[in-house]
Amino acid sequence: MKEIKTKLLIIGAGPGGYICAIRAGQLGIDTVIIEAGKPGGTCLNVGCIPSKALIHAAEEFEKAVHFSGDNALGISASAPKINLKKTLEWKNGIVSRLNSGVAGLLKKHGVKTVEGWAKFRDGKTVAVETPTGTQVIRAEYIVIATGSAPIELPFLPFGGRVISSTEALSLNEVPAKLAVVGGGYIGLELGIAYAKLGSEVTVVEAAKAVLPLYDKDLIRPVTKRMKELGIKVLTGAKAKGLSSKGDALLVENGSGKDVKIPADKILVTVGRKPVTEGWGLEEIDLFMEGRFIRINDRCETSMRGIYAIGDVTGEPMLAHRAMAQGEMVAELITGEKRSWDKVCIPAVCFTDPEIVTAGLSPDEARARGYEIKSDLFPLQANGRAMSMEREEGFVRIVARADNHLVLGIQAVGSGVSELSASFALALEMGARLEDIAATIHAHPTQSEALQEAALRTLGHALHI
Amino acid sequence: MGEYVIKLPDVGEGVAEAEIVEWEVAIGDVVQEDMVLAAVMTDKATVEIPSPVDGRVIWLGAEPGDIMSVGAPIIRLEVSGEGNVSASDKAAKGSEAEVLIAKAAKAAKDVAAEEKAKASIAPVSAKAETTAPASAFVADVRTKVTIEKPAASQARRTVSGPTRAEGEKPLASPSVRKRAKEAGVDLRQVPGTGPAGRISHEDLDAYFDGSTITTQSGGGLQANTSVTDIKVVGLRRKIAEKMSISKSRIPHITIVEEVDMTALEELRGTLNKSKSDDKPKLTLLPFLMRSLVKAVGEQPALNAIFDDEAGVVHQYGGVHIGMAAQTPNGLVVPVIKHAEARDIWGCAAEVNRLATAAKTGTATREELGGSTITITSLGPLGAIATTPVINHPEVAIIGVNKMAIRPMWDGTTFVPRKMMNISASFDHRVIDGWDAAVFVQKIKSLLESPAMIFMEG
Repeated sequence: MKEIKTKLLIIGAGPGGYICAIRAGQLGIDTVIIEAGKPGGTCLNVGCIPSKALIHAAEEFEKAVHFSGDNALGISASAPKINLKKTLEWKNGIVSRLNSGVAGLLKKHGVKTVEGWAKFRDGKTVAVETPTGTQVIRAEYIVIATGSAPIELPFLPFGGRVISSTEALSLNEVPAKLAVVGGGYIGLELGIAYAKLGSEVTVVEAAKAVLPLYDKDLIRPVTKRMKELGIKVLTGAKAKGLSSKGDALLVENGSGKDVKIPADKILVTVGRKPVTEGWGLEEIDLFMEGRFIRINDRCETSMRGIYAIGDVTGEPMLAHRAMAQGEMVAELITGEKRSWDKVCIPAVCFTDPEIVTAGLSPDEARARGYEIKSDLFPLQANGRAMSMEREEGFVRIVARADNHLVLGIQAVGSGVSELSASFALALEMGARLEDIAATIHAHPTQSEALQEAALRTLGHALHI
Repeated sequence: MGEYVIKLPDVGEGVAEAEIVEWEVAIGDVVQEDMVLAAVMTDKATVEIPSPVDGRVIWLGAEPGDIMSVGAPIIRLEVSGEGNVSASDKAAKGSEAEVLIAKAAKAAKDVAAEEKAKASIAPVSAKAETTAPASAFVADVRTKVTIEKPAASQARRTVSGPTRAEGEKPLASPSVRKRAKEAGVDLRQVPGTGPAGRISHEDLDAYFDGSTITTQSGGGLQANTSVTDIKVVGLRRKIAEKMSISKSRIPHITIVEEVDMTALEELRGTLNKSKSDDKPKLTLLPFLMRSLVKAVGEQPALNAIFDDEAGVVHQYGGVHIGMAAQTPNGLVVPVIKHAEARDIWGCAAEVNRLATAAKTGTATREELGGSTITITSLGPLGAIATTPVINHPEVAIIGVNKMAIRPMWDGTTFVPRKMMNISASFDHRVIDGWDAAVFVQKIKSLLESPAMIFMEG
């Protein structure tokens, strides 16, 4: 095949890679993007989007179940059933719509897409194994956006009943018994969804509590809800492997006893690792930072002309971080002056209730030496939350004691993910408590809790 | 009404150009005959230009610091009656003059704003005691050494913003950050006036305008990013030019040697104690001068001026010793003429007289030129060694360093001796290392056995 010469070559069409390609196309850069699977990466194909689809279906199903019993709203409904195959078709429909959406955007911006598995030959040359042969591509700039993959436990290799998040999003039927190894956000999002769909769910977490990255106050409403949904949680517990019959998970529980958890499916969600193998990293020998590719504040690797973005460059492994990096790198390549100067990367945990974090938690702020003011406003006192029958949770603000600069905003509650926008905006704009307190927040919405949290931190909340 | 043009006069010694140091008048000023119009600087002396007529200043032909060649028009005066400019001259220069007037007006304003730090203007009549080459005075100029301060542009206004702790990120919205990035501005340098020290677009505008230049780096310490422009004019410019010439044209070889000064110090102490009151107190310098006279007697190649353009070394019979002296304005080098014809007391008296003249700015052009070899001394600051820069176009310079009592081995024991290093540089184009070393050894042996300084033959 004839060698392709281009200015910019992007390896991986996940959210980082395709955004980089679109932006580069907008800026008139000759761009080629390589993707072995479908455009959109983990996020679109086997991550954010399909999981939210499944979570939505599970929520709706659970509501229907709720209405089939005695309920405050006086709704009566017959016991619902779910045809998961149909649910999957719907979910796959969304995914493929977005796949073609991304492909269309790439095309619209003049980006050439090459399907196949890329491998570096040297710092300027990549060979792609395409369905029709080897395609060699030479590029002035190369962006590595290979993403991440679920971590496999050696004693619980994926296959059969042992599944990763990818398979969990494509089960043909609801497993009667689901064991979840790893109580991080992915495990809990999926565990809660399957619990709502009717699975008997057991979560095995090695740490003292689930969601170990969040503080207790934020976790409490989630663990309470999990309890209501009948999810069993084993903390301080170690998964040891499959039972000899292969129909149960062997676990050493918190008190050191071995227990057997019968399971139709065992979902292993113990984290994700960067994809640093199989694409010729050894040929270019980049500096690493642990398992990740080391980058600077311009996403430059240790080799001139080679950039890396997204999950392959480290935590937090979030699509929107990769997108912002991709956009920045495209602009850097056109010669713009850019550097990573973001104040915060908001993170959302789509459990029930949802958790949003932006900026620093109270403990993190103190650890950085700030003297802080912090208070929260409970959704219990928010009219909109009451009217939605979802009163659990709160919005919390962390600010500097001296000048009231907002350092962080967190929330837990049903549907609070949509508040993440205003949290991030406040932080990015350098808002003070007074700025948020003096901004009119529409009534009746849950967002009022943000204004009230600011007021309360200032000492004069109105609704509490 | 006529126009009278004043041209830069020949200020003597075959000088072809001079630097306008300061205007004493501004455009529009009414001047009277003999009033001083400007100060111009030649080699190392400043010369005042008096007005030959009554009139009003209508044009200044240079800005302070400009170098003008002799004969170039520098001032135009409006005078009653006929001027010295013909109509055709005027027409030819009219448009040019207009431009220059605007320029000069600005310059004149700047000058007016400058602090004038001139020393008292005391015309010094040159009384050449010796047969040193003296130049004829130009009839219509008066000579003096001025002590002028370099023009310092006013320091820019500084505005301090609220404190930002060390290492803390500057607070600014994404659009401000992007704008700063694209303009290459480090936001840590920009004071924020907004709430919590937030940097607004206005703050950035102000920073671009240069109206705020203070940075906050926290810890109560402020980075000072101000830049004060100091025009290198007058004496400082002369020094700069001379140093550049010396260092760029002369390949220096420097030799450092240590000298046991104990005997000389004893002798000096005795002489100072027993001297009559009308005699000057002896410092080290007269002894060194006499040593130089002795040493160059044996090596006349070192008491010379190398005209490298003509390819001629002028060896002098007389030893005219330049004495580098620090004045409030910088380095000047008064010259002890004919040191070979002065005894130790005569040298001492002349050193004292010239040092005072240099410091008070009353040294004449003649006293500041004509040296054939130079001595430099930083006195008590003299350090262990220096690398003296040759006083171009001479071929040798000798520097004395600080004296200190050091333990020296006399063969059986350590004894305290007054030790001092001398650092001498030579023009390696005409002085070989061997000759340089011989010369330094000669100086050393003379200083160590001071009786030899006074022996004839």
